[in-house]
Amino acid sequence: MRHLMSPLDFSTEELDLLFGLAEDIRKNPAKYAHACHGKILATCFYEPSTRTRLSFESAMIRLGGQIIGFADAASSSASKGESVSDTIRIISCYADICAMRHPKEGAPMVAAEKSLIPVINAGDGGHQHPTQTLTDLLTIHSLKGRLGGFTIGLCGDLKFGRTVHSLIKALVRYHDIKFVFISPEELRVPDYITDLLKSRNIPYEEVIRLERVMPQLDLLYMTRVQKERFFNEEDYVRLKDFYILNADKMALAKKDMLVLHPLPRVNEISVEVDEDPRAAYFRQAQYGVYVRMALILTLLELEPACE
Amino acid sequence: MLNVGKLEEGFVLDHIKAGSSLELYDLLQLDKLDCTVAIIKNARSEKMEKKDILKVECDINTLDLDVLALIDHNITVNVIKNGEIVEKKELALPKQIKNVIRCHNPRCITSIEQELPHIFFLADAEREVYRCKYCEEKYNWTARPL
Ligand SMILES: [Zn+2]
Repeated sequence: MRHLMSPLDFSTEELDLLFGLAEDIRKNPAKYAHACHGKILATCFYEPSTRTRLSFESAMIRLGGQIIGFADAASSSASKGESVSDTIRIISCYADICAMRHPKEGAPMVAAEKSLIPVINAGDGGHQHPTQTLTDLLTIHSLKGRLGGFTIGLCGDLKFGRTVHSLIKALVRYHDIKFVFISPEELRVPDYITDLLKSRNIPYEEVIRLERVMPQLDLLYMTRVQKERFFNEEDYVRLKDFYILNADKMALAKKDMLVLHPLPRVNEISVEVDEDPRAAYFRQAQYGVYVRMALILTLLELEPACE
Repeated sequence: MLNVGKLEEGFVLDHIKAGSSLELYDLLQLDKLDCTVAIIKNARSEKMEKKDILKVECDINTLDLDVLALIDHNITVNVIKNGEIVEKKELALPKQIKNVIRCHNPRCITSIEQELPHIFFLADAEREVYRCKYCEEKYNWTARPL
C-alpha cells in the first residue's frame, strides 16, 4: 500500500505513468466513470480549503465513487481531543482512501503510519501540498507536451511560497530547464533553492522586473505578493505593479507562452488576461481534478471498469 | 594508569573529551543499567593531553551506541569479550534517532500530539544535518546541543 506525502514520493517514471493515465481520463472520461464504483474517499480536512476539498470530491465522484468527510477541525473529533492516529484508524474502517488536510506539518505522515488505507497529503501547514505540484506538472506536461526543454519564470512571493519551492524541486528532476525568478529583493527565493540549482548546474536568473524577462519565457508561474510581507508601505506601493500581469506585459511574451497560477488570485493577474489563449490557470484547475482521479486510481490499484 | 579492574564483557569508551564523561553517563542512560561502571576523569593522554574514560560491564547488545556518535565521533569504542578487546568500533552518525532530541518547530504535529515519538533522520552526513521525520525541520544543534 502506498501513500502520497511529498511530490517527490513518485519517481519521474512513475509520474509519466500517472500523467499518461490522467491524459487518458481527460480524453475518455466515460471509460472511467465507474472505475471507483463501491469505493469511498474520506476527505479529512482539519482546516478549511474548499477548492482542494472540492477538487478531491469531484475527482472521486467522476470515478463513480462516493465521499464522506469533514471540512474543518470544529466538525471533526479533533475538537474532542482525538489524536490523528486514532482518527485514521477509525476512518480506515469507513473508507477506502483518505485525503487529509491539516494545519500542523507532518500530520498526514502520522496518519499514514497507522492507516490501513492509502493517505494523500492534501496540504500540511507550510510543509507539503503534493497534489498542487502534481497539478502544475500535469498542466505543463499536457499543454506543453513535455516536462523539460523550456524556460520557466516564477513570479511573486518566492520566499514564503511553498507551492513555488515544491514545483522547483519537482522540476529539477527533468532536463534542460532554465529558471527565471522574478521577485522583490525581500521575497527572493531562499538560498537552499539556489544552492540546489548550483549543485546541479541548472541555469537560473534572478530579476526584479517582470517585463524585462517576458520575451524569453515559455511558462510563467504567477503567485501573489502579499502586502504584509513588505517591510514598509512605501516599498509595497513602489513595487506592487511590477508583479501584476496585464495585457501590456502579455504583449511582450511569446505567442505560445503559458500563464499558470495556483489560484485563488487576487489582483496579480488582471481580469483582461483571462481571455488571452495563453492564460492557462482555469484549465489548470481542471487538470487538478484529472491528476487527482489518476492518483486515486493508482493508489487504489484499480483499472477502469469494463463496459 | 589507575587500574579499576578488568572487564569480562562490555565496553571501554576511550578518548572522551576531558570533563564530559558524566554527561555521557546520563545520555547513555547508564544509571538505568544494573551493571558496574567505572568513570575515569582526566586521565593522561598522548593524543589529547587529558581525557576521560568510561568502562561499562554489560552485555554488549544493551548499549545504544548511536547516541555516542552524535555527542562526539572521536570517541573510541573498544568492545570487550572474555577479557579481551574483540573489536574497535568506528563511530558513524546514526541514520535515524528516536527520542534523543525533540522537534521544536511550533508548526510540527509533534508539538500538539504529546505521545508521538520524536524521530529525526540524517539528511546530510557531511554537515551533520538531522531533520524531523514529520515536518522536515532542521535540528539546530547550536541552539540546543545534546
Ligand atoms: Zn517536526
